[in-house]
Amino acid sequence: MNGRPRVGVITFPGSLDDRDAVRAVRSMGGVGVPLWHGDRELGGVDAIILPGGFSYGDYLRTGAIARFAPIMEEVRRFADRGGPVLGICNGFQILCEAGMLPGALIRNRQLRFVCRFIHVRVETSLSPITTGLVPGEVLSVPVKHGEGQFVTTEEELARVEAEGLVVLRYCSPDGTLDEACNVNGSRDAIAGVRNATGNVVGLMPHPEHAVDPDVGPTGGQPMLASFLSYALARV
Amino acid sequence: MEQPLHRALGLTDDELEAIRATLGREPNRNELAMYSVMWSEHCSYKSSKIHLRTLPTQGPRVIVGPGQDAGAVDIGDGLAVVFKMESHSHPSAIEPYQGAATGVGGIVRDVLAMGARPIALLDPLMFGPLTEERNRWLFGGVVAGIGGYGNCIGVPTVGGEVRFAAPHSSNPVVNVMCVGIAPANRLVTSAREVHEGSLLVLIGAATGRDGIGGVSVLASRTLEEDATESRPSVQIGDPFAEKLLIETCLELVERDLLEGLQDLGGAGITCAVSESASRAQLGAELRLDSVPLRERGLEPFEILTSESQERMLAIARPERLEDVLAVCERWGLPATVIGRLVPGSTLRVVVGEDTVATVPARSLADEGPVYDRPLSPPSGSDGARGEDPTFETVTVAPGDALLAVLGSPNIASKRWVWEQYDHLVQGGTVVRPGADAAVVRIEGTMKALALATDGNGRFGHLDPYLGAAHAVAEAARNVATVGATPLAITNCLNFGNPERPEVMWEFVESIRGMADACRALGTPVTGGNVSFYNESGNSAIWPTTVVGMLGLIEDYRLLVRPEFSEPGLEIYLLGETHPELGGSEFAEVVLGRVAGRPPTLDLEREAALHRVLVEAAREDLLAASHDCSDGGVAVALAECAIAGNTGFAVSLPGDLPWYVGMFAESASRAVVAVRPDRASSLEALAAGHGVAWSRLGETGGPRMVFDGLFEVSVDEARATYEEAIPRLLGESV
Repeated sequence: MNGRPRVGVITFPGSLDDRDAVRAVRSMGGVGVPLWHGDRELGGVDAIILPGGFSYGDYLRTGAIARFAPIMEEVRRFADRGGPVLGICNGFQILCEAGMLPGALIRNRQLRFVCRFIHVRVETSLSPITTGLVPGEVLSVPVKHGEGQFVTTEEELARVEAEGLVVLRYCSPDGTLDEACNVNGSRDAIAGVRNATGNVVGLMPHPEHAVDPDVGPTGGQPMLASFLSYALARV
Repeated sequence: MEQPLHRALGLTDDELEAIRATLGREPNRNELAMYSVMWSEHCSYKSSKIHLRTLPTQGPRVIVGPGQDAGAVDIGDGLAVVFKMESHSHPSAIEPYQGAATGVGGIVRDVLAMGARPIALLDPLMFGPLTEERNRWLFGGVVAGIGGYGNCIGVPTVGGEVRFAAPHSSNPVVNVMCVGIAPANRLVTSAREVHEGSLLVLIGAATGRDGIGGVSVLASRTLEEDATESRPSVQIGDPFAEKLLIETCLELVERDLLEGLQDLGGAGITCAVSESASRAQLGAELRLDSVPLRERGLEPFEILTSESQERMLAIARPERLEDVLAVCERWGLPATVIGRLVPGSTLRVVVGEDTVATVPARSLADEGPVYDRPLSPPSGSDGARGEDPTFETVTVAPGDALLAVLGSPNIASKRWVWEQYDHLVQGGTVVRPGADAAVVRIEGTMKALALATDGNGRFGHLDPYLGAAHAVAEAARNVATVGATPLAITNCLNFGNPERPEVMWEFVESIRGMADACRALGTPVTGGNVSFYNESGNSAIWPTTVVGMLGLIEDYRLLVRPEFSEPGLEIYLLGETHPELGGSEFAEVVLGRVAGRPPTLDLEREAALHRVLVEAAREDLLAASHDCSDGGVAVALAECAIAGNTGFAVSLPGDLPWYVGMFAESASRAVVAVRPDRASSLEALAAGHGVAWSRLGETGGPRMVFDGLFEVSVDEARATYEEAIPRLLGESV
């Protein structure tokens, strides 16, 4: 083992941040491996990222078509074996549509697309992107989405909260929860969730756009570093 | 009485005569339709061509000048930057969301047609006052359309500008600029060899009835009362298809499978095929029954002129066809051979066994009419409109004046706009929207592009020559303030009806101003777009030259930002403030007047300032740097303070009245801040270039203090600046 986990980044038709995710993985010391939606094999990767974008134009419902892509069967099998899977923005939407994560994402409360650096608070260390973080830490990362409002049923929300599946919440710069900082009106200010087994995680913010200090805040670094070490720990 | 067909299609009687002479016979209905779109003002530049020829277009870095899909500039390291600006004002006035969205799509395909990957978009926009409901609808729709399309294709929208003025109430201006990058040796230019027998492959969307005659009906006429009936001439965008088109075309170019690549925009297939054939100095055979249609029953003339979006025309050797089709299929895009290039110079259009049109390709693409239209200055125009406001009696308090100007929608923060645009995708946006110029890093190098657009309608209205010259100067200054060397421009010329001599005079004056400024500043024109007929009834827009500037930074780590980020910095004004309030934001907002002369412009001084700014950045002298133009020194200082959340204490130099010192929009100035130990170096550098400087004060504290005049907290100024536009839109802030 050479210490450089191989992270597959799936390109769906309409994926936009796929190259950015590959670049971010590389800059954090991993090997970015482009994967194609129509393929049925994962090339032996150690972890998978479903990147941001507008798969199939998101004309039907965000992520609703992409979940039927041939590669998604392999992603599900990979996840069932405990493999780490990270869905960013559109990738999060696809994982929700695929039933691999709880909840759904609907249009932002303000009914407009929003591109902005915001703050999120870490809620648990038990996810592939927060293993190296402690609850309460605050990270600056950007969001850029029109449909990022996390919603779910009351019963499921209760379960998500009770089981500690919330990974990140939108917060103020000092970490307090404040409805004014809830950038899209998500229930319980939820910005990211994980599955019950803890290996699949989705979030609306873009850690891959927050790794380079020359470009802006670097809240994505510890998340991707966690993801890479989580992947490595399983190898 | 029903009007003859050619007139209904927008052709004049003389133009019909010219068509008859070219063909040696009466044109049929299809041919007439083809000429009507290709000879439209929008496609042929018939009113502007002779004047555009006077622009400086040469330079050591220019690879491709005007006349192709987009201009291209050499930035070293074997890389070329491709860029172009275009207007989509007419469609946006009728259907703001789709009009603006398809404007983005069109300009992206122009850059793509050169074989370049689009890496940035900028949108200069002008609307009527937001106090009117219809203007709010247009504004919201255009911004949503730009976002809806741009966000979905993975190209960051990094800048632009938004201005508001009464003459734009019926005629908003929507310009879109796209910037792309390509290896210089892989550019798809008209210099590529194209052979007879090569195939015309139509890639992308099926052809429908949308946008029939868009260029002739919409873009080349004034909008009448019944303009909404033109709605079927507005095209509908499909950004998902555009994203696939980008990846498909770039893969085709990277694998060297093509001889040529052409976008389908205005005038649709007719334009793409006739231009391809004309450039190759060949003829073409076009088979209309091969064109995939969205619905049955389209007439030949409809297929020929449809402006259905998200289509490209590739030219490929027959032996490459299989590979070309395989790439398209992998990306899920339909691709169909619709014809081929043939010996000769005739474009023959065939349906089944029938020839439905036979025309010389060149006559459509390159031999359209050229007009030298009459021009005359507006009556009573001596370069000044109304009494100059410079020494008017001003009763308002200085602090109130600053807040009024900061809260004016022209000056106020455009965050509401640019937060609706994905400005981060592709990961290269080093300076985000809201600064003087956006800065986008070039992957694999230390280089970065600084991009800015500028156009001051008020100045253009008061003096079109100066308006255009100022647009070039300010755009160049904007990129110089971040530390970039201005390299070249693209432009969009937004005017009224060229058949009116006053409008034509304004146009020619603007060209003269742009040409003079571009020569003096060393920034050749690599392309652009002319948008005429921006008027309805008797009200035309202000003549507005919008300039899109490309600047280059060799090492992006040395770029300079506008914000005052720490206390204890020395603040300087580079350049001089003159008693000239004509056309200023202050005069309009506080005195209620758009009058007088725009500020004077000494292009030598302007160029010297740019040299100082670029050199100071390269020597890492500057802690902050901000263009000083709209709203004057007071606004420039306030913006630096708001951006960096650090106040200042300054006293304004000279013995000008306070409101002139604060708000005059004299050209060739910048506000900069330096650490105290660098101050003398900056002074020496400025003096060495003959640029006047004055020390204004220093940064620090939570308040903006104008010595002897007033002070206001940064927080209060920020609230005014940030909340102005949301408030006008009726949103809680």
